[in-house]
Amino acid sequence: MQSSIINADTSKPFGRKFSNTLYRKNNLFLFLLLTPPLLWFGVVYLGSLFALLWQSFYTFDSFSMAVSNDLTLENYRSLFDATNFDIILRTLTMAVAVTLATALIGFPIAYYMTRYGSRAEKGFFYIAVMLPMWASYIVKTYAWTVILSQQGILYWCINHLGLSGALNHVLQIPAIGGNTLATSNLGRFIVFTYIWLPFMILPIQAALERVPTNLLQASADLGAKPAQTFRRVLLPLVFPGVVAGSIFTFSLTLGDYIIPQLIGPSGLYIGTMVYTMQGSVGNMPLAAAFTVVPITLIFIYLSLAKRTGAFDAL
Amino acid sequence: MTAIPDVFTAVEFSIVSKHYGDVRAVDNVSIAVAEGEFFSMLGPSGSGKTTCLRLIAGFEQPSIGSIKIFGKEAAGTPPYEREVNTVFQDYALFPHMNVLDNVAYGLRVKGIAKPECYKRAEQALEQVALAEYGKRKPGELSGGQRQRVALARALVNKPRVLLLDEPLGALDLKLREQMQLELKTLHKKLGITFIYVTHDQSEALSMSDRVAVFNRGKIEQVDTPRNLYMHPKTSFVADFVGTSNVINSAMAQQLTGQNQPFSIRPEHIKLGTNEFNDKQNDIIKVAGEVVDIQYHGATSKVEVSVGNQMLFMVLSNTELSEAELPKISQRLNLCWSKSRMVMLENQAS
Amino acid sequence: MLFKTKKNQPSAPIWLKTLAYGGLVFLHVPIAVIVINAFLVSDGSHTHFTLHWFHAAFAREDVMSAIALSLKVAAFATSLAIIMGTMTAAALYRRNFFGKEAITTMLILPIALPGIITGIALLSAMNILDITPGFLTIVVSHATFCVVMIYNNVVARFRRMPHNLIEASMDLGADGFTTFRFIILPQLATALLAGALLAFALSFDELIVTIFTAGHEVTLPIWLLNQLSRPRDSAITNVVAMMVMLVTAIPIIAAYYLTRGTESIAGSSR
Repeated sequence: MQSSIINADTSKPFGRKFSNTLYRKNNLFLFLLLTPPLLWFGVVYLGSLFALLWQSFYTFDSFSMAVSNDLTLENYRSLFDATNFDIILRTLTMAVAVTLATALIGFPIAYYMTRYGSRAEKGFFYIAVMLPMWASYIVKTYAWTVILSQQGILYWCINHLGLSGALNHVLQIPAIGGNTLATSNLGRFIVFTYIWLPFMILPIQAALERVPTNLLQASADLGAKPAQTFRRVLLPLVFPGVVAGSIFTFSLTLGDYIIPQLIGPSGLYIGTMVYTMQGSVGNMPLAAAFTVVPITLIFIYLSLAKRTGAFDAL
Repeated sequence: MTAIPDVFTAVEFSIVSKHYGDVRAVDNVSIAVAEGEFFSMLGPSGSGKTTCLRLIAGFEQPSIGSIKIFGKEAAGTPPYEREVNTVFQDYALFPHMNVLDNVAYGLRVKGIAKPECYKRAEQALEQVALAEYGKRKPGELSGGQRQRVALARALVNKPRVLLLDEPLGALDLKLREQMQLELKTLHKKLGITFIYVTHDQSEALSMSDRVAVFNRGKIEQVDTPRNLYMHPKTSFVADFVGTSNVINSAMAQQLTGQNQPFSIRPEHIKLGTNEFNDKQNDIIKVAGEVVDIQYHGATSKVEVSVGNQMLFMVLSNTELSEAELPKISQRLNLCWSKSRMVMLENQAS
Repeated sequence: MLFKTKKNQPSAPIWLKTLAYGGLVFLHVPIAVIVINAFLVSDGSHTHFTLHWFHAAFAREDVMSAIALSLKVAAFATSLAIIMGTMTAAALYRRNFFGKEAITTMLILPIALPGIITGIALLSAMNILDITPGFLTIVVSHATFCVVMIYNNVVARFRRMPHNLIEASMDLGADGFTTFRFIILPQLATALLAGALLAFALSFDELIVTIFTAGHEVTLPIWLLNQLSRPRDSAITNVVAMMVMLVTAIPIIAAYYLTRGTESIAGSSR
């Protein structure tokens, strides 16, 4: 019996024979499907990442400006030098501030569109959030340089509303101020918040969409006031969505190197530091060590986020 | 297991098991389905009946054992090289093709010329009275119509064995009864083997030549519907096929003096009245208390607590007036004829 | 009123509505600024509407070659991503095995990690292997983060597709390839197209990684970045910026309509 099946197979066209083999050997099929992507990601991508990490142990001679293959932990130690550590803290503070701001601005938008929007309004909101999200990053940043410039519409509006005095007061606050909006931390914060806001809205919206309406009705039926229902039923259920969104806003702010170059005061960010180190300075080992900072911070953040169930909300 | 394939056997399982990790979905099953038979696999969900069907279709491979289809070992043969076709539980019609394309699909992929395919597909649709629905999409049909399309799509390939996986499960009662009749007629007309999976015991009993009762991956009993009902071998079969009172061995000891469990059908339990003759030793008598009475139109179902067991009995509402029916918590004497009892195999559980 | 309110539902508190629409306005102000600027010309004292800068932009060779390069990169990267994303989705959607989660994490990594890390990692690998950055390296880097776009769309469709369709096809005599061609592919079509559009838009716009992998090539976003240091050329910049937005907006809206209400496509046999 067995042999006749095998014989029957040999007379079949190659495609059919191959299909039969895949049917009998399910794992071979899986292997064939996964090999190209695994080669690509495992070798090209992860390989590159490890090559980068490996270089962070190389030695950079600041006199000859040359990199040697002697392994050292010096690059990591220098991350804790006052100037370098300042860069890390500065970036981290901005990432946290931007994450909080996007959550605060994004939540009402997501909440309104899911809970109160009609079908058409929901579609309108969805596209209205999607479009700026996908619109070119560099175009949006460019737009903000135009808006924030002293000839831009923001100054024009503030002047016409007679608020220029107030603006000057705000710009004199040490941590967030600066000479003008375009060179202040406040301006940089606004641009970051703007650019990553849609990445916060959509996961929250998805999480809200998954909350069945009858849960809220049940809560109301059991005597909870709207505010209590919001705090005790809705918020715990939607929180993973907020955390999912914050993964993007946090990670994207942490690694950005274009916006800090174009808007805000001159102090370096992790991204700009990496960029200058590998580019104009040629200190690849320190640049590589610096990239480990956002990677570490993000993995810490991801492991915290995972506990809230945010990965299911992605 | 004879060396020469038995031409009268359509499908043969020899000690087949299918494991998923630690779960034994099918456990040491041996069955032989005769050619032309209407064979049902009956059991609760998760009992292994659907897995058996999928093993025949080739969607699953047995972990151990051999499956022969018309005497040919089926292990390793993919579904598309087996002479069986399946009617799926939720029909599995291709949503992006119209009805005619669905029915013609099996012929087309076998490389039959296009006009021939559509000619035969149209005939198959005619057979299930859906000739004018060919251009519609499956989504535009009712449940009953989809069911017929699924049937036509399988039969157009002229399979030697038709596998039906709870094909009527999604239909409402009336339609289901009508389809049962049609399937039965179709089976007679085509003369091919039908293997029918269902959890509905009345469906299995009314349609099949033979029924295999599945429980926890094992076969409890394979028999004709009449024998299953009248002579269940195990308490599971007695309980699952029809409603039955299964008396455990401890209580059987008290009533009959024997340690062997037995079953007694509700309709065979009578109200014990004074005229019962004590000397008749072919009568079993028990006393109990009425726990619940359910009205079912022509009959009433009475639940009586006897010792630590519940007994169900059926009383005719046409013979008894409302006043004559027992009341809740009333004490009752019950009796039945020993000849009505079916002795069951002693089981650990 | 622009939209009818939901039936049987109280209307939103006014403060919430204000916050929601206020947020939308915030999201669109910069876009409006770009669009308006593209049509305006200022000659000292007063500004007026013009299409002049569009002609000027199309006449510029550097603009046109940047557009052509970006389109070509996006097309190649998307094609590669379609193949790999679909293969991965087909392998992972139904099976559970050791390391599955590691694979999905690996796919997300290029968009979860800041772009600068992906960029600098690829650049350093190229340096080690002595590969000159150019068209090919841009495509490779873009395909790396585009795969997850295709994967996400296709795996979602795979999961919604009743598995018994595949079984039914095989039961009717179709082998694996025939089943893929006639059953699986038509079911995946819109999801694939939507994923491809998103991947295309993502690649067309990408700047952060591209800066590292482009070498001397100038893609459209790099061209725009370079323009920021040439304020006197801002009229052309405005026009190109607007066109970039248009080119990405169309596939995004198309992808939205393609994936909306797909339940009725994939599950209609039930």
